[in-house]
Amino acid sequence: MEKKIVLRTKGVGKYFYDPVKFKVLDDISFEAYRGEFLTLVGKSGSGKSTLLYILSTMDTEYEGELFIDEEKITGQNLNKLAAIRNKNIGFVFQFHYLLPEFSCLKNVMVPALKLGKFSHEEVEHQAYERLEMLGIKDQALKPASKLSGGQQQRVAIARALINNPKIIMCDEPTGNLDSKNTQIVFDIFKQITKEFNQTIIAVTHDNDFAKASDRTIELADGKIISHGLDKTKS
Amino acid sequence: MRSVNTEIALTHILTRKRQTIVASLGVSIGIAIYICLNTLIIGTNRYSDNAIFKTTPHIRVYKEDDISKPLSKDTSGKKGTIVIVNPKIANISKNLINPSKLLHDIKNQPDVTAAAPMVTANIFYNNGKSQLTGVGWGLNIIEGDAMFDIQSTMVVGDLRTLLNTPNGIIIGVGIADKLNIKLNDNISVISSVGVIKLMKVVGFFKSSNAVTDKSKSYMNLATAQQLLEEGPNYVTDIYVKIKDPEAAVQYATVLGKLTGYSTEDWKAANELFVAGKKIRAVMFLFISWAILLVAAFGIYNILNMTVSQKLNDIAILKANGFSGKDVVSIFVMEAMVMGIIGTLIGFLLSSIIVTLLSRIYIGADIGYFPIQFEFSVSMTGVGVGLLVTFFAGYIPARKASKVDPVAIFRK
Ligand SMILES: Nc1ncnc2c1ncn2[C@@H]1O[C@H](COP(=O)(O)OP(=O)(O)OP(=O)(O)O)[C@@H](O)[C@H]1O
Ligand SMILES: [Mg+2]
Repeated sequence: MEKKIVLRTKGVGKYFYDPVKFKVLDDISFEAYRGEFLTLVGKSGSGKSTLLYILSTMDTEYEGELFIDEEKITGQNLNKLAAIRNKNIGFVFQFHYLLPEFSCLKNVMVPALKLGKFSHEEVEHQAYERLEMLGIKDQALKPASKLSGGQQQRVAIARALINNPKIIMCDEPTGNLDSKNTQIVFDIFKQITKEFNQTIIAVTHDNDFAKASDRTIELADGKIISHGLDKTKS
Repeated sequence: MRSVNTEIALTHILTRKRQTIVASLGVSIGIAIYICLNTLIIGTNRYSDNAIFKTTPHIRVYKEDDISKPLSKDTSGKKGTIVIVNPKIANISKNLINPSKLLHDIKNQPDVTAAAPMVTANIFYNNGKSQLTGVGWGLNIIEGDAMFDIQSTMVVGDLRTLLNTPNGIIIGVGIADKLNIKLNDNISVISSVGVIKLMKVVGFFKSSNAVTDKSKSYMNLATAQQLLEEGPNYVTDIYVKIKDPEAAVQYATVLGKLTGYSTEDWKAANELFVAGKKIRAVMFLFISWAILLVAAFGIYNILNMTVSQKLNDIAILKANGFSGKDVVSIFVMEAMVMGIIGTLIGFLLSSIIVTLLSRIYIGADIGYFPIQFEFSVSMTGVGVGLLVTFFAGYIPARKASKVDPVAIFRK
């Protein structure tokens, strides 16, 4: 089967100016394929999160170019970018970010309600399914602020999955999880890439997690030092 | 279907009920005071205008006193004689020429609702040895009533009696008191030109002005003409009533051109009153807007606080595909909910206050407090309230829409 590129960067670079000018990312060019489970590793401070923010379309101040589905993202206006994020990209951040006043269920539903493709009842049903997948269906009606760190992280993952986005980006998605739940998340990621042909780009410090993924890109000092081998080919 | 933006806005509001209520009440008080002040000013203006219109016509057409002109300078040579003259009021009759034609012309004007010929005569009222000076208004009493609502000031007697009583007179209660006169008594009236007439008192009136009550009287036009030794064509003033008193200034010019005589509108005749009214209007406008702005600032403040406390939420929403416009609409909606609740309560509050005020009995002349529910003022108040809250909400909402999610996530 031929591999289709879903996300591509061309010579992406970024500077920070505060306190002194320095280049966090330098000439980053890589591709991510449809259905690929891609991990991003590197030492702390190597620029992984910074790169992920650019890939997520939220950070627009960079040089080089970004393409999603062969559509050029660089230079698009903010409203268009918001719509692209809503439809095509799901996020799980380094620190679990939920809306504290809403129930877990509502948190998961929000991106789908925004998309407006399905009725309220249908969205609710889908949200329950995602929560069940992640083993936190029983917490659905609790306010998000009353959950443990690991539970919140799983709600955030459920939310990232709700719109069936083409790409799911994660910044240390298992940082707060025990080995059992890490395994659950890992299996879900495997499942959605293989069964639903969605793409995962996950930053991780967990070597086992990286090793078990399809491919691992390694960053050091803002440069790609290894594009990794596609383990699915062997 | 309820939009997700609405749902988020409502959740924010419901999780901070206390602040919402405080901000709403701020708006309520602002709107209530705004509506009450403006209703009050309309009520008092209406009352005092009415009081003015009981003695002053909208427009008066009369003949201005001519001032004798200084002799023109000798222009034949360079050293012309300079003549110093002492200008005096020319001794010319104040009679309006051909009054019936003038009256006809004036009445044919589109906005004129009434026009009446008038003769005023300076007179003395005598009863036995006591004497009072005053002014007699000679007019057709029915026309006069249409113009000044004389009927409403009558305390004893009937206006219509004057029509069938050629030498009848209606006097102010002050005159009646001082000269000790009862209904149907006779009094002798002496005019400035020395004509003496015995007149029958057919009624008393009581205006809101004690000086007027001690000097003014109404009589038939012919009687006043006789007192001045003039014929039936002698008319000193034509009083004109028009549809909209506020247009009197412009209309006075129109009538001036039409008749060729001088005209005076009621505002010019009551300059002090008009100036006082203007000052009051500006003062009330200033106060009501100041209070409204304070209320708006309350909303601005609370929303600003909400935005800074909700930076995380804003960043999450943006990461999940909410655009700047969505964020603006969420926060503007929060402001509008507070604004709508506040404005409605304010409207109810003002209606209650106005109703209570209108039941306060002040005194004989004014009667009840001159205030009543003014629909247009209330609607303006509601509109202004909503507009002000919209802007008070829009400013912080715009700030929220500019939040950079990446900067938040990095913290
Ligand atoms: N807003 C900023 N201004 C200036 N420098 C920044 C800013 N944000 C990050 N940096 C710097 O950029 C570099 C890359 O940061 P980044 O967060 O991408 O690292 P990371 O690889 O995600 O690290 P970690 O594994 O610890 O999360 C770091 O040296 C960091 O100090
Ligand atoms: Mg990081």
